[in-house]
Amino acid sequence: MIKGNFIDNLPKVYGIYTGGFLAFIIIMSIAEQMGMTAKTIGICFVAFTVAIYAIIGYLSRTAQADAYYVAGRQVPTVFNGMATAADWMSGASFVAMAGGIYFKGYGYMALLVGWTGGYVLVASLLAPYLRKFGCYTVPDFIGTRYGGNLSRFMAVVVLTVASFTYVTAQINATGTIASVALDIPFQYAVYVGLISILLCSMLGGMRGVTWTQVAQYIVLIIAYLLPVFWISNKMGAGFFPHFMLADEVSRIAELEAQFGFVKNSAENLKEVPKGLAGITKAHSAVNATPWAFISLALAMMMGTASLPHVMMRYFTTPSVKAARKSVGWSLFFIFLLYSSAPMLATLSKLSLIDPSLPTGIIGKSIAEVQAIDWYQNWNQANLMFVSDFNGNGTLELNEFFMGGKAVVLATPEIAGLPYVISGLVAAGGMAAAMSTADGLILAIANAISHDVYYKIIDPKAETAKRLVVARVLLVVIGFAGATIAALEIQGILGSVIWAFDFAMSGLFFPLVLGVWWKRANKEGAIAGMFLGLVSGAAYLVWVRTGGSGFLGITQLTFGIFGSAVSLVAMVVVSLMTQAPNAATQRMVDEVRVPAGKSILGKQH
Amino acid sequence: MSKQEQHWEKSKGLLMMTLAIWFVFSIGIFLFGAEMNEVTGPFGYPLTYWFTCQGSLGIFVILIFWFANRQEKIDEEFGFSERGDD
Repeated sequence: MIKGNFIDNLPKVYGIYTGGFLAFIIIMSIAEQMGMTAKTIGICFVAFTVAIYAIIGYLSRTAQADAYYVAGRQVPTVFNGMATAADWMSGASFVAMAGGIYFKGYGYMALLVGWTGGYVLVASLLAPYLRKFGCYTVPDFIGTRYGGNLSRFMAVVVLTVASFTYVTAQINATGTIASVALDIPFQYAVYVGLISILLCSMLGGMRGVTWTQVAQYIVLIIAYLLPVFWISNKMGAGFFPHFMLADEVSRIAELEAQFGFVKNSAENLKEVPKGLAGITKAHSAVNATPWAFISLALAMMMGTASLPHVMMRYFTTPSVKAARKSVGWSLFFIFLLYSSAPMLATLSKLSLIDPSLPTGIIGKSIAEVQAIDWYQNWNQANLMFVSDFNGNGTLELNEFFMGGKAVVLATPEIAGLPYVISGLVAAGGMAAAMSTADGLILAIANAISHDVYYKIIDPKAETAKRLVVARVLLVVIGFAGATIAALEIQGILGSVIWAFDFAMSGLFFPLVLGVWWKRANKEGAIAGMFLGLVSGAAYLVWVRTGGSGFLGITQLTFGIFGSAVSLVAMVVVSLMTQAPNAATQRMVDEVRVPAGKSILGKQH
Repeated sequence: MSKQEQHWEKSKGLLMMTLAIWFVFSIGIFLFGAEMNEVTGPFGYPLTYWFTCQGSLGIFVILIFWFANRQEKIDEEFGFSERGDD
C-alpha cells in the first residue's frame, strides 16, 4: 500500500493513522452500548494509544548521530509544526489550562497570550539562525558561537535546571492519568508512565520522538476539540463554540452579578479539601492590573524563546526557510487548542451555575446535589465538594468547590456525554504529558551526552559509543525525574511556570545576543548565564521564604529580574573584555545569511 | 555597503516591524485592558476578553507567516535564499 520514501508518504501514513484512531473511538462507543464497563474503556484507550507510540518508537530506531540528534534534518514544515505543538502542550496545558481560566479568568489568561506570543520571538529572533548554525543542541550553539568549554557547560547547566523542573511535572501528570485509567497506585503508575515515555525515545532519539509526537498531537487535539464541540451543541450554545458563545459569556456575567461573590470565612474554608477552589473571580471582566497581566505574559514569552526542548525542534527542518514557516505551523496547531480552552471553561461554568439549565446545581438543595451520580464520583475522586456554610439548605455560589483538573475531566460527564469521551480525554492527557516529557528528557540527555561527554570529556568517541551514552543518560534522567515526581512536591502548573523563568533568566540574552550582537563575547555570555540564573533563583528563594519582592515581580515572574541581571552583566562584561576574534565575527555574518553550508558539519 | 550588509539592514528593518506589531498585541493593548473591555468586540465578546481568547493568538499566527514570507522575499532579492527543498 505504501511505496517509496517514508517522508514522501507522511500525509498518507498519518491520514491512515487518524482514520484508524477515529474508527477505534467508534468501536469503543459501540462496545460501551453493548455494556463494556467504564474502567475497561479507560484501560483500552490508554493501552491502545501507548502501544501505537511504542511501535512508532521502535520503527524509528537508528544508529546514526544526525538521525538520533536532529531526526536527520528532513522533517517537513507542517509535520514539524504538529510535533512542536505536542512537544509544547504539556499535561498542564491539556488538563489544567481550562481550569485555570475557569477559576482565575483574565489574570490567568496572560498565560494564553504569553505562551503564544513567545513564538513570534522564536520565529524572528532565533529559530532560523540556529537552524543555519547546524547545531545538535542549544548548548552546541552557545559553545561554538562563544567558544570554550565553560560557556558550553554553563548552557548545559541552565538547560538542565529549567528542563528538569519542567519534566518532573510531566512525569507526575502521566502518572496521575495512568493511575486513574489503569486503576493502579500512583507510586507505580509514575513508572508505568516513565516506561511509556522511554519506549518512544530510547531507540530512535529525536527521530523516534518526532514521529511519536505527530501521532500524539493527533490524539490530543481530537480528544480536546471533540468534547468542546459536542458539549456546545448539546447545550444548544452554538454549532461552532468559538464564534458563538457571546451570549453564554454575558449570561455568566449576569449570574455572577445576581449571586455576588460572597467571601468565605477562613474557618469554613478549612473544611474544603486541599487543592479545590470556588468561583471567586469574574469570568470575562478585567480582574488584574495591567502590570500583573503584562509581566506574566512577558515572562512566558521570553521563556518560550529560551526553552531548549522547543528550540531543538527547529533543528530538524530541512532548511532555514522551512524552520521559519514551521514556527508558524507550530503556533497554528497550538492555537487550535488554546483558543478552545476558554470556550470549554465558559461551557463548563455555565452548565454548573445556571439554575435554568438541567445540569445547573447552584440554587438546588444541598441534599439534591449530593445525590447526583457524577457529583458522588468526582467527590470521591477529591475533585468536587459542596457544603452548606450558611445553613439555608440550598447551594450558593460560594459553597461549591472544584479542582482545576475537573473542568477538562468532569465536564463531559456532567454534560451527559457517553463515557467513551472520558476515555478519549484520558488518552489525550496522556499523549500531551508524554510528548512533552519525551522532548524534555531528550533535551537534557542530548545536551549532556553531546556537549559534556562528546565535546568536553571524550571528543574522540565513536558514534556507536556516543549513542550508547546518550541512551543510558536518557534512562538515568527519566528515572531521576520519576523518583522526584513520585514524591509529589509541588503542583503541576507551578513548576511549569518556574521552568520558563529559569530558562529566560539564563539563556534568553546569551542566545539572542549571540545572533544579533557581534560584539558579545565569551566572558559576557558566561557572566550573563551564570549571574542570570543565580539571581533569578535567589529572587525565587527570597520571595518563597517571605520576601516582599519588588516592582510587582512575583514567584511566577522572577525570570524578569533574572533576565534583566543577565542582560546587564552580559553587556557590561562583554564591553570590558576583548571583542570576539575575526573568525567568530565571520561566523556570525554567515549565520545571518540563509544560503550556503551550515556552520557545523552534518555529522559533528 | 556590501550586499551582505544591505541584506542585514533590510532584515533588521523587518525584525523591528515584526516586533512592533508583536508588542502592540502582546503588551500594548493590555495597558488599557479595563477600558477596552467596555467595548463589544468581534462575535459579541467583550473586546479585551476576545483578544485574550482568540484575537492576539490569531494575530501572532498570521504575523509569523507574514514575517516568514517577507524574509524569504528579502533573501531572494539578494540571492541568499536556499535552493530546492521546502
